[in-house]
Amino acid sequence: MDDTTTYEPQIIAFCCMHCAYAAADLAGSSRIAYPPSLKIVAIPCTGRTDMGHILKSFEDGADGVLVAGCLEGRCHFQSGNLYARQRVEHVAELLDQIGMQSERARMINVSAGQGARFAELANEFAETIAALGPTGLKKKSPPREIPLPEGKTE
Amino acid sequence: MIVADQKPIEDIKKMLRGKKKVLAIGCGTCVAVCFAGGKREVGVLSSALRMSTELDGEPVQIDEAIVQRQCEKEFIEHLGSQLGEYDAVLSLGCGVGVQTLADHYPTTRILPGLNTKFMGGPTEQGVWEERCQGCGDCMLEYTGGICPITRCAKQLMNGPCGGTDEGGRCEVDPDTPCAWFDIWERMETLELQDELMQIRPPKDWSTSRDGGRRKIVRKDLQKPTIEDDN
Repeated sequence: MDDTTTYEPQIIAFCCMHCAYAAADLAGSSRIAYPPSLKIVAIPCTGRTDMGHILKSFEDGADGVLVAGCLEGRCHFQSGNLYARQRVEHVAELLDQIGMQSERARMINVSAGQGARFAELANEFAETIAALGPTGLKKKSPPREIPLPEGKTE
Repeated sequence: MIVADQKPIEDIKKMLRGKKKVLAIGCGTCVAVCFAGGKREVGVLSSALRMSTELDGEPVQIDEAIVQRQCEKEFIEHLGSQLGEYDAVLSLGCGVGVQTLADHYPTTRILPGLNTKFMGGPTEQGVWEERCQGCGDCMLEYTGGICPITRCAKQLMNGPCGGTDEGGRCEVDPDTPCAWFDIWERMETLELQDELMQIRPPKDWSTSRDGGRRKIVRKDLQKPTIEDDN
């Protein structure tokens, strides 16, 4: 990045399609701005979020990862968002251990009707990440994966 | 199953110091189901190590592999042609997997990514407990299926010590049930208390961890050869 461009933190937001994704959509249609560099990945439930998804997002150039699920107690699949929260907390600890800041991974909870709240939390997160600055990681080609021999399954 | 836990990232980084290219190999059996060294854990650990070493200014390229069972050479043979390009292998198998890799590839540096803890199983989601110490002379028939060698802190053979509280908890740790309290309750349920009153000879400990590594030879399963006098 050269000095003439303004640093815009790259944020990946894994959004549950039953709530946060709809909330982001509502924010958009209500013309409530949230950072354009926030890239939304729709997932069936935040319980589908794997720690690997979050870490690989950072490896692929994200400066912050947001996991946005339903309000606690209101998960479409009962407890997916609670599992997601535990995983995000685990990743945050891991980030501290590897020399990145735990604040770069955050879980938020919004209902489908809370478009303004989604935008508010997304903007707040973007400010946090902007204050932290880039991760310092360079984007590289993905690692080689040696699969199981043909015909073998895990 | 064999239950293991991942080593702290700092410890693994110390082992990887000076290495440029490392292959992390997971195992799809015991350590996969206790979420310590399966494909998913290989991905997460490798990713964390790649980022951490890069941020330290000494990046290590970490590639990922998974085998179905790291403790048998037939399952790791296909890796032979690939290992030459790596400075080291980080095994996310149990201690048996690490040693099988090291025995099979003696010229490759094999490093352990896990601490192998015990033989046990899950007691609730996210909790594993030890259940067997492999003493080689199973006595579960006398104790209602509860192992006093594993579950009693003193490995007592003839009933509880004086350190059991009224709720049947061990004095060593109030979260630990007294094995002999549980054994008595179980035998009562089975209406077999009388069996606990029988005098038994001392346990044969020669089958346990006395003479170095233990071995089982099954002649019926060994590779057959043609007998000379045929």
